[in-house]
Amino acid sequence: MARQEYEIVIIGGGPAGLAAGLYAARARRKTVLLEKGVIGGQISLTELVENYPGIPSINGFDLAQAMLKQAESYGMETQFVETKALEQDGKAWLVRTAEDEYLARAVIVTAGADYNKLGVPGEERLTGRGVSYCATCDAAFFKGQHVAVVGGGDAAMDEGLFTTRHVDKISVIHRRDRLRASAILQERAFANPKMEFVWNTVVTEILGEEAVTGVRLRNRETGEDSGLDVAAVFIFIGQHPNTDFLRGLVPTDEGGHAVVNDWMETERPGLYVAGDARRNSARQVVSSAGDGATAAIAAEHYLSNNFAA
Amino acid sequence: MSKPADVTDGSFEAEVLKSDKPVLVDFWAPWCGPCRMVAPVVEELAEEYDGKVKFLKLNTDDEINTAAKYGIRSIPTLLMFKGGEAVDQIIGFRPKGDLKKTIEKALA
Repeated sequence: MARQEYEIVIIGGGPAGLAAGLYAARARRKTVLLEKGVIGGQISLTELVENYPGIPSINGFDLAQAMLKQAESYGMETQFVETKALEQDGKAWLVRTAEDEYLARAVIVTAGADYNKLGVPGEERLTGRGVSYCATCDAAFFKGQHVAVVGGGDAAMDEGLFTTRHVDKISVIHRRDRLRASAILQERAFANPKMEFVWNTVVTEILGEEAVTGVRLRNRETGEDSGLDVAAVFIFIGQHPNTDFLRGLVPTDEGGHAVVNDWMETERPGLYVAGDARRNSARQVVSSAGDGATAAIAAEHYLSNNFAA
Repeated sequence: MSKPADVTDGSFEAEVLKSDKPVLVDFWAPWCGPCRMVAPVVEELAEEYDGKVKFLKLNTDDEINTAAKYGIRSIPTLLMFKGGEAVDQIIGFRPKGDLKKTIEKALA
């Protein structure tokens, strides 16, 4: 097992981690960013980011690549590995992945959040066979068909609106009687003739042998069961933070989000949590990037005050 | 040298099904973000397994018959072919280590 040494290790390559990397690298700290999947995290699957100030409209993947390039141009390194454990090692931190160990003076956790699953029969078996968590990836396979979108937040509306380019009809299945999405996305969704709304309803099963053929639904008000023939189910029902490796190290809220102060500092010296993994995140690209910058500035102060140059 | 070449509906049988080596086919499309992450990883693997495994990519926008035949409804999907049969699949972006395991399994 190889051990690599850095001044700052950043865990997670979404907007928070990329911004932290930019600031850390510009502070001339030896910095590595560890990413388990795709650079950009959740935004890599977002068709259009329209609320990042100064950029009227950009594809999420492209925005993430631009952030990566910018941080790497100042010397940030990137490695594609999954963090398994984090331990205090004297004055330093030890980050363990399946293959390697990283010794760091400061660690900024920007591990973000992963999408929730419905947890109903058929979901796992039919994933990639009509069950999808990424409409921008998969909507084109259902040209001219009727599909379901589950959820009522920004992601559900954004992905649903994108999907209308390909499919004939979308049934938005939402457990409440109103959407949680931002007003502008609601306006667009209600104005779109391809979108219909099934309120107060949950999915109880996803049906199909080789591929999705339909869903079983239950109305939460009346308790009535019904069926709907659809060729795909796109699921956008929130997310959970990737903070398993922080358990026991820092306090979290009920949802697993780490508790930090205004500087993204945890109770442990040299350990920071920023972005969607922390409590009370606004869960926006711009706020996460701000969080990452704040954490990197705090980490820089910590390194200057506690380690000789 | 060993960059994954494009395979089409027309060339699929000769290039994949009749190949004497295992073939990894990367089903992708230009508009798919995660596909753009998978591509460089597949390119690296193509270098490492040069001569042992054939690496091809198939654009699901253009080659719709093959994508439909194998029931592709999510991309990126990597299908591992051996002796004319799809023996393994990877749906979505996964780290290089996972891809290697799939390839090693096909080579075993």
